[in-house]
Amino acid sequence: MSGCKKAANWKSKMEITATYLADAAKAPVTVESCRFHFPLLRRQVNGKPLVYLDNAATSQKPQIVIDAIMRYYHEENSNIHRGVHYLSTKATEAYEEARIKVQNFINARSMQEVIYVRGTTEAINLVAATYGRMHVTAGDEVVISAMEHHSNIVPWQLLCEEKNAQLRVIPMNDAGELLLDEYERLLSDKTKIVAVTHISNALGTINPVKQMIASAHRRGIPVLVDGAQAVPHIKVDMQDLDCDFYAFSSHKMFGPTGVGVLFGKRELLEKMPPYQGGGDMIKSVTFEKTIYNDLPYRFEAGTPNIEGGIGLGAAIDYMNGMDLNAVAAYERELLAYATVRLKEIPGLTIIGAAKEKASVISFVLDGIHPHDIGTILDYEGIAIRTGHHCAQPVMKRFGIPATARASFAFYNTKEEVDVLVKGIYKVKEVLG
Amino acid sequence: MSVLKELYQEVILDHNKNPRNFRKMDDATRHVEGYNPLCGDHYTIFLKLDGDIIRDVSFEGSGCAISKSSASVMTSMLKGKTKAEAESYFEDFHKLVKGELNAEQNMDRLGRLAAFAGVSEFPARVKCASLAWHTLHAALHDEGAAISTE
Repeated sequence: MSGCKKAANWKSKMEITATYLADAAKAPVTVESCRFHFPLLRRQVNGKPLVYLDNAATSQKPQIVIDAIMRYYHEENSNIHRGVHYLSTKATEAYEEARIKVQNFINARSMQEVIYVRGTTEAINLVAATYGRMHVTAGDEVVISAMEHHSNIVPWQLLCEEKNAQLRVIPMNDAGELLLDEYERLLSDKTKIVAVTHISNALGTINPVKQMIASAHRRGIPVLVDGAQAVPHIKVDMQDLDCDFYAFSSHKMFGPTGVGVLFGKRELLEKMPPYQGGGDMIKSVTFEKTIYNDLPYRFEAGTPNIEGGIGLGAAIDYMNGMDLNAVAAYERELLAYATVRLKEIPGLTIIGAAKEKASVISFVLDGIHPHDIGTILDYEGIAIRTGHHCAQPVMKRFGIPATARASFAFYNTKEEVDVLVKGIYKVKEVLG
Repeated sequence: MSVLKELYQEVILDHNKNPRNFRKMDDATRHVEGYNPLCGDHYTIFLKLDGDIIRDVSFEGSGCAISKSSASVMTSMLKGKTKAEAESYFEDFHKLVKGELNAEQNMDRLGRLAAFAGVSEFPARVKCASLAWHTLHAALHDEGAAISTE
């Protein structure tokens, strides 16, 4: 009987969500009201209210995302694109509707340009293994930047090793800004692709990717943008940026883990060989010849992460309920406040002072290792990231082994910044 | 005592600030690098072996308070010890930081190592505490290449 009760509770929760969605369309979401939508933010850690400042690693999930995944398993679970039965049709519809939501959210020209992948890492690997292998040959060059995440370094390194090509790196200044003159000089006839991050996960720098894309295009070079850190913070528009490929992950934009998106321009995707072979990516298979499926399915072999796609769709619904310009303005205010407060702490140095910066603050404390900072802050209920942030070349550039990083989302508050500051004083007290 | 104070005990804080045997050893018979790719902790352990006896041991490198103090305490305990004694400490230490050895009941055996009992409450920090010991273990077995805790 308790099972029935649970089902009834769940039903009523769904109704609440529906009401919320209707309200969200009408009223602008404030910090207070949006925190209410994230159940995990209400929990305690080590007896203290959780202060979650590790959003650049992964974001928390609003109730409507959790509900969408639950509803899929409660009501629609079945495999997509193959069944003729009712459930399969419903699941396919939900999964494909989510693709359209992604298309609209990033302003892609068509749904054929939206390929579901496991995440940013797989998206970049896909492009390196298909477009890269097809176009890069011995003596060619791939241009990346000094602030890339390992996921936008290693796939290109693998490609360059295989093809005997060269990896060239756009340097940055002490503030953590790319040197655009150097970038221009790096571009040549040998350059076959540019792969650059939109926002640095380790420094917060927002790169002028639109300008960089235009420069590369003047020489006929395509550009891949790693948008993992950008999508949760700023409005991204594929047609405005005019990028050739854009990669991002659902889990950093309030959706579930295990799903992400590769945007690719249709004319490029159409000429690319398949990435993985298997079911769903084919039209017909005989032992003699296989005819591949149309876009975007040609790059989606095997049963995909169906709940993930549906959950991502719900996350986009959630973000569409907000004024993203207001979100960006609020995050800028939070970043400015946190920067001022942290700078007041003796012995604290912020790494990364780009003029255009997202709400990410990397810092070091004199004589105290970031790992110890992380442990002591955790004891105060504060979750930050410590280490090299999968960007070891960035650490090397600044001559440090690691940093502590506080990264903010729109649901964080100035009060939480104050708790962080108090926590850092505690770190100094314990290890002082 | 709070869990945090148990982790960052006086012995640990002292060895972190004033690490013992913190120097390169030019006439070492063996040296091995230890690296934790997760947090960037990086040490080299130098050994001067005389048959079975550890005549001298020192270290160099950088890392968090737990890893650095662990390396320092380790080197301060091993001078003049046999390889077998060092291995025995390594086993005890490993059990201690994983919460499989009661510090209070084994004070005599553990000596200064007991200061690391609090690590067992912080699973994320076990690798920090163990890095120098794993590196020493590799050096004793003459596994010349750099070792990693991952």
